[in-house]
Amino acid sequence: MTFLSQVQAILWKDIRCELRSKQTWMSMGLFALLVLVIFNFAFDLRVDNKAAIAPGALWVAFVFASLLGLGRTITAEQEKGSMDRLMLCPVDRKAIYLAKLLGNILFISVVEIIALPIFAALFAVPLFTGELLPIVLLGTIGIATIGTLFSAIAAATQARELLLPLLVFPLIVPVVIGAVRATGALMTTSVNEPPWLGMMLAFDVIFLSVSLLTFEYVIEE
Amino acid sequence: MALVKKEAVVEQKATKRSSFRQDTRFPVVSIILGMLSLIGMMVSIWMIFLYAPMDAIQGNSQRIFYFHVPVAWLGMLSFVIVAFAGVVYLVKKDDRWDWVARASAELGAFFITLALILGSIWGRTIWGTWWTWDARLTTTLILWFIYIGYLMLRNYMGRTSASARAGAVLAIIGVIDLPIIYESVNWWRTLHPTAQVGVQGALPPSVVLTLMVALTTFTLLYSFLMLQLYQLQRAQALAQQLRASME
Repeated sequence: MTFLSQVQAILWKDIRCELRSKQTWMSMGLFALLVLVIFNFAFDLRVDNKAAIAPGALWVAFVFASLLGLGRTITAEQEKGSMDRLMLCPVDRKAIYLAKLLGNILFISVVEIIALPIFAALFAVPLFTGELLPIVLLGTIGIATIGTLFSAIAAATQARELLLPLLVFPLIVPVVIGAVRATGALMTTSVNEPPWLGMMLAFDVIFLSVSLLTFEYVIEE
Repeated sequence: MALVKKEAVVEQKATKRSSFRQDTRFPVVSIILGMLSLIGMMVSIWMIFLYAPMDAIQGNSQRIFYFHVPVAWLGMLSFVIVAFAGVVYLVKKDDRWDWVARASAELGAFFITLALILGSIWGRTIWGTWWTWDARLTTTLILWFIYIGYLMLRNYMGRTSASARAGAVLAIIGVIDLPIIYESVNWWRTLHPTAQVGVQGALPPSVVLTLMVALTTFTLLYSFLMLQLYQLQRAQALAQQLRASME
């Protein structure tokens, strides 16, 4: 079995599990929508402040919803007792990480695809430009890369759901800043924006490499 | 093969036990460091409040700077030590490096808290605000969050090798992330006064001298406290081993 087919096998298992239970997708999507609705009340959106608030609201919704799903990455395996079996499989630990990461990116992307049109409708912002795609993709990869690694760390403790956001939020600050500013730059014409996309790309590449290297230490029994 | 392995484990335990014993000598280094930092503290306090000139614009509140800079510097250095000890731990699997990491994290969290409080007091008098979202301040605050997250993680997981590995990974990710966080917040907005110590003529020599003495003193105090915390970690690990052997 090659490395890629190992990744594919684990990923496909997770997708099938999710297609049958639909737990994570449903709760993440609904949660993202609820955050958007709450933001609508909290900030009393008007035409003049929309451009300043909407990108932040969108990304807070995405980050919170992602964390909800990321927390389930390893915990779901542990609850079914399948984590030990996964560990016993003669697969590279990097393959497990990569499969879990790809699964998380896929789940978060589905939620984002559903939430984006509703966001555009609720907030009445024109967001359907091709330029939004790389921002959302790079942001999602950044959140998922750190989140997948730390969901494995947090799963080893008693207080999984409590600890995960505490560890992940400080570390993904650059992604959040970059994504919010880049999204904001799409909505208003701004000059001299720093290269946010490049920064997010660098973030993703660096932490993907570091996570691949360190995941085996986190999950080692 | 199995026999060899068993012997190796026994041997490892024996060396571990002797490393416990050899550290319980009369604490000469601790006492010297403690005395030196005590003397340094007295000299620094005299220099900071009497020797160093009053700042023409900022007045007395500028004297906070002599405390704030060393404390902030040590708080940041601590995190680098945590990450470095983490890397060595992952490679060597030697518990002593984990004790270094843990001791350094506890001390660093304390120093960075002090730096935030001192900086905030200074900012109130000079900038007229307790807090501003400047790159250094924000990065320091995020470093504080990472410290607290690290300590919480370590406490939740207890004194196991899994906890040590998780802590090491968190510290490595954190130490790589901090420059990126700094740069991203810097692009976002910034206000902090830039470092003026190296620039010729920017600061009078007596100010630089006072700062250097304060830096040395705080570094001595840091080394002293670090030794104590390391010994505490060692004693806690020993206590846990003894408790486990009783059961």
